[in-house]
Amino acid sequence: MTALAAGRPTRPQVANEDVSEPEAHGLVQDEPLIFELGGWTKTGVDLPEPELDASDLAGLTRAAPIGLPGLSEPETLRHYVRLSQKNHAIDLAIYPLGSCTMKHNPRLNEKMARLAGFADIHPLQPQSTVRGAIALMDQLAHWLKTLTGMPAVALSPKAGAHGELCGLLTIRAALQARGDARRTVLAPVSAHGTNPATAAIAGYQVVEIAQTDDGRVDIADLAAKLGPDVAAVMVTNPNTCGLFEREVIEIARLTHAAGAFFYCDGANFNAIVGRVRPGDLGVDAMHINLHKTFSTPHGGGGPGAGPVVLSAALAPFAPAPWVVDGPDGPRLVEQNVGEAAQAFGRLCAFHGQMGMYVRALSYMMSHGADGLRQVAEDAVLNANYVKARLSGALTPAFPDGPCMHEALFDDAWLEGTGITTLDVAKALIDEGFHPMTMYFPLVVHGAMLIEPTETESRREIDRFCDALLRLAAAARAGDVARFKGAPFKAPLRRLDETAAARKPRLKWTPAAAG
Amino acid sequence: MRYLPLTDTDRAEMLAVVGAPSIEALFADVPQAARLAGPVDLPLHQGELEVERALGRLAGRNRAAGAGPFFCGAGAYRHHVPASVDHIIQRSEFLTSYTPYQPEIAQGTLQALFEFQTQVAALTAMPVANASMYDGSTACAEAVMMAARVTRRGRAVLSGGLHPHYAEACWALAHSAGVATERLAAAIDSEAAVIAAIDADTACVVVQTPNVFGTVTDVTTLAAAAHAAGALLVVVTTEAVSFGLLKPPGEMGADIAVAEGQSIGNALNFGGPYVGLFACREAHVRQMPGRLCGETVDAAGKRGFVLTLSTREQHIRREKATSNICTNSGLCALAFTVHMTLLGETGLRRLAEINHARARTLRAALARIPGVEILTPRYFNELAIRLPKPAAEVVEALAGRDIIGGVPFSRLDPAAGLDDVLLVCATETTPQDDIAALAAALTEELSQ
Repeated sequence: MTALAAGRPTRPQVANEDVSEPEAHGLVQDEPLIFELGGWTKTGVDLPEPELDASDLAGLTRAAPIGLPGLSEPETLRHYVRLSQKNHAIDLAIYPLGSCTMKHNPRLNEKMARLAGFADIHPLQPQSTVRGAIALMDQLAHWLKTLTGMPAVALSPKAGAHGELCGLLTIRAALQARGDARRTVLAPVSAHGTNPATAAIAGYQVVEIAQTDDGRVDIADLAAKLGPDVAAVMVTNPNTCGLFEREVIEIARLTHAAGAFFYCDGANFNAIVGRVRPGDLGVDAMHINLHKTFSTPHGGGGPGAGPVVLSAALAPFAPAPWVVDGPDGPRLVEQNVGEAAQAFGRLCAFHGQMGMYVRALSYMMSHGADGLRQVAEDAVLNANYVKARLSGALTPAFPDGPCMHEALFDDAWLEGTGITTLDVAKALIDEGFHPMTMYFPLVVHGAMLIEPTETESRREIDRFCDALLRLAAAARAGDVARFKGAPFKAPLRRLDETAAARKPRLKWTPAAAG
Repeated sequence: MRYLPLTDTDRAEMLAVVGAPSIEALFADVPQAARLAGPVDLPLHQGELEVERALGRLAGRNRAAGAGPFFCGAGAYRHHVPASVDHIIQRSEFLTSYTPYQPEIAQGTLQALFEFQTQVAALTAMPVANASMYDGSTACAEAVMMAARVTRRGRAVLSGGLHPHYAEACWALAHSAGVATERLAAAIDSEAAVIAAIDADTACVVVQTPNVFGTVTDVTTLAAAAHAAGALLVVVTTEAVSFGLLKPPGEMGADIAVAEGQSIGNALNFGGPYVGLFACREAHVRQMPGRLCGETVDAAGKRGFVLTLSTREQHIRREKATSNICTNSGLCALAFTVHMTLLGETGLRRLAEINHARARTLRAALARIPGVEILTPRYFNELAIRLPKPAAEVVEALAGRDIIGGVPFSRLDPAAGLDDVLLVCATETTPQDDIAALAAALTEELSQ
């Protein structure tokens, strides 16, 4: 078989002169791993072969084969484009993962981030040669501070959880500076898993705050647990049930009265951007997921960015780098000296996620103050519309009153059907949709958390709701097979996650390939 | 507002379905005092053209690395990235998807991660690798925490050759959890000092090769010393291209290998986003931080991939998780994998050899300049030199001649007393002419 024929997609692969099993259904190809396709000597780049003079390497050269296959450029493109077609994406349909804010990612932002003046600059070249980059960081900081009503921001955290760590370490440093060694962080049971995980890493023990029947922080329980040992109260607002904490100002007041700081998880800032400033609610620190509210792409799991806005009391303790005004415009303070002498240190190398700063600023400038306000309004309207359309067939976890940016359902509507939340999620795939967030927050049984975001059209939301209503009818009618075996139409059937964890195979090996 | 599909008619009709009299009614739970009456004090919305102009002006005020002679390294490296890499990572299905929580419709991301993990394990010569960390510095800090969990000890020894930012990131993550980080004095070649600092409470030794001064080190002896004391060896690499030429961490006794993967597939980006590589021994896999992708089968028996061993992670284990990391560097990892696939072993080895050859040329040119002392004994593509003047001043003067001449060590660690040390780097993107231009300019600056 010639190489040319092998590359023709219409012709079945031939191995050992036997005709093999079909490796595609429709236009979706089964695609081997690169280790099964490659070329141990093949390369897709043209590089000269230099004469190696290893005399300055003291014999520390690599002798054994590395084990990396290569592919030519057309093979590489085909391999990864074929893989791409096995993914759902926001550009294909609604991606209603609650708490994840999967909104449209404008391509202008991608274009801006790739300008050579942003993408091809080194973090340690002289500041005099990157004035525009520092000015961009300063402008981004100005937008974030204005939108949140907070006086300072630490830009460098690389994702939301990193921002949480930044916030808690800043609080820790502020407490230490006043000689106050507190050991406890309070967080509601409905909190994102990152909150208790972060608090533990920051050296705190985590105590859970109870939740009221209407899905909010139990103020009495909070008051009872506050005391001289509490360093911070971590609350997500709007919370993970998609509800605004009505008593947020009282939460802040009680927290401050106990000498603690109020940390807000800003993962859900999209619901209130441009309409409510966390600074007006008494928040001392809040991280902002630029990859949620400000639309930098999720990229299949990052990169993100998690700047933390800070109150005046916490600002001096924020980690380097800082943007400050200088005689030639804004400059970066990179060491904990001078004006940054109280900074707790440095979270990571360099200056944080510049590529994300550019995208986020491009997004903010496009929307402007008026557009961002509309973002919050449409996000909240879309979620309430989902809730209204589905409430007859599904069971909302908190039926009374409006929700914010996401609609939360429990699994009471599935009672007696033998069908679980997981089954519904997988059946939704066969209807052409990515499932909602399942089994989170933990406080609601069989939770289904739907966040449409503001970038969905009414038509798309209707299509999604119609699909769920069809499934609800099928569940009531006892069509269990439609759920239990689902998905039937995805690139793969339901995957055995238990087997994966029992005997982990975390890389390709020649032996495993047989 | 081009990103918002709802029309006013939609809004009115949807409000009617909801049964709310107004949008305001949907914000009823927000305390009245905290509701803003109108837009905040920021500019109003702008068209693409206006935004492009404004940001283009800011970009234009930066001297791009590719616009002239450029010699910075010190943890971030300028390499050529093939055009197809950027095309793949801008595919909607990769760019606009989430962490693969629903594996049946995320096999593209998952298989690419599995390939990434296999490539990272091969490059570092370690048994297992995870699906990426934020960057090299945070991967390094997580390695310290992991070593403390594995050994149940509370002290990490950080070599004097470790990138100062990495040392600071280690302290930031470790100190509040009760893990002490002992940072040894900055040193160009420092193995003996590191061995001397190991004691019975040492969880790990963190050593970088090539180190921040460019020095390539065989850490085999150090590994033996660490292991003899019951400590783990963490090997850090900031220049991933060096894996194509140098003895890898796994062949020198590393227990954990971490690296900055930016060099493969990713642009300089003024410091981020980058991609952290994290690899370790099989025995410690359940103590690893971050996402792991594993192989399994679907209901029909077909091979597929899922995120696995999630019981280590924050969304399951909460305060007992091995790390708080959630979002990592998925798309940068994909860029890494596509670039590595294009290179293959053949291309990577050539690329590494070209980098070393350029550095040899750079070294030879600098060694001829009166007053310049070469400090780095064994190097890959960067080295430290001593100047007769403060390096920061020289770099500013060179910038005035449109030459980005390297990184003054004082910028990374002003307290080290190494103000006269300059870190310079050459890669395949550094033309011979630029090396000559640097040498000529430096000769002039130093003679003044």
